Amino acid sequence: MAGLTGRMSTVVKAKVSKLLDRAEDPGETLDYSYQKQLEQLQNVKKGIADVVTAKKRLQMQEATMQQNVVKLDTQARQALAAGKEDLARTALERKQLAQNELQGLDQQISELETQQQTLTDSEQKLRAKIEAFRTKKEVIKAQYSAAEAQVRISEAATGVGEQMADVGLAMQRAVDKTEQMKARAGAVQELEAAGTFDDLTALGPGEDDIDRQLKEIGVGSAVDDELSRMKAELGGGAPAAPALEQAGAGGSDSGASSSLDDTIASLDQAAQTPPPAAPPSEDPSAS
Amino acid sequence: MIVRVFSEGQYEIEDGAIDRMRELDARTQAAIEAGDDAGFRSAYDELLALLRNEGTPLADDDLRGSDLMLPPPDISLAEAQSEFSDHGLIPD
Repeated sequence: MAGLTGRMSTVVKAKVSKLLDRAEDPGETLDYSYQKQLEQLQNVKKGIADVVTAKKRLQMQEATMQQNVVKLDTQARQALAAGKEDLARTALERKQLAQNELQGLDQQISELETQQQTLTDSEQKLRAKIEAFRTKKEVIKAQYSAAEAQVRISEAATGVGEQMADVGLAMQRAVDKTEQMKARAGAVQELEAAGTFDDLTALGPGEDDIDRQLKEIGVGSAVDDELSRMKAELGGGAPAAPALEQAGAGGSDSGASSSLDDTIASLDQAAQTPPPAAPPSEDPSAS
Repeated sequence: MIVRVFSEGQYEIEDGAIDRMRELDARTQAAIEAGDDAGFRSAYDELLALLRNEGTPLADDDLRGSDLMLPPPDISLAEAQSEFSDHGLIPD
């Protein structure tokens, strides 16, 4: 057959006969191959362990990103409560980005999870195959030492050689697969570490620009409060609702998506009722 | 005729099935060359099904060599497209 089967058969047969031709003592060759198989199995196991490690790192990144989302949400509320709608918008935009990224991470992690399971299953199958190979190898060796008909031995050795090739190929594919998965997990991680994300949502021990601006607002808002109180006392007018007014005026200039506008609108409402106090523990600038 | 399916095992099949196997093998190969994933999958699955339905699995302690060898059932089109190398088949 000339097609797929033909190609496969040719390659394997060539490899097996090369192995058997050069073998002075088939028993030794088989023992050696068996040892090699065990070593390769260790490689597969190590590969799986690496994949698990990579997955854990991604999960840690996911947790950090989740904290970031909470922080940005808090910042947006603080900004809005202070009437800084532009700042609130910035925070919400970043939050949206972070949430998108979270979704991507989530998908990567669950894919890694599935593949890890597949690899673990195939590792167990490989183990069984190697054990089967060991048994056959012992049969061959017994035949060889009993000096049975040479023809029959070489026939059997061919069968075991194929078996060896079978295990070898399965092993090679498992190793390739773990390599691919490691590379993929690594790539996602690199993207996370160096990518668009860090500068947008920098979450470190130090404060970021949103924190800084919030601090300025903190000062400014005290002044604003004083001013509105004064205005109320003097003019008898109702205390202004600056956030709502600005929402009407500045809604179109940033080109934000409508979902962002919705979020801002609902935050506006929240700001109208007693503004939700930001949990101080979430905000590094508070400490 | 004895056929080995990698990662699955060996089958003994009547020589009369060879023509049909050859035909399916040719279809598989044509799909590989055309880069037709669905065609490749269906042709190769059919080839494997023929073998499993009409062939008799060899016992584990049967040590005969195979006349033909088929790649693992879950082989991808990309893997099938690449020239099979002997890399990894048998430890050097």
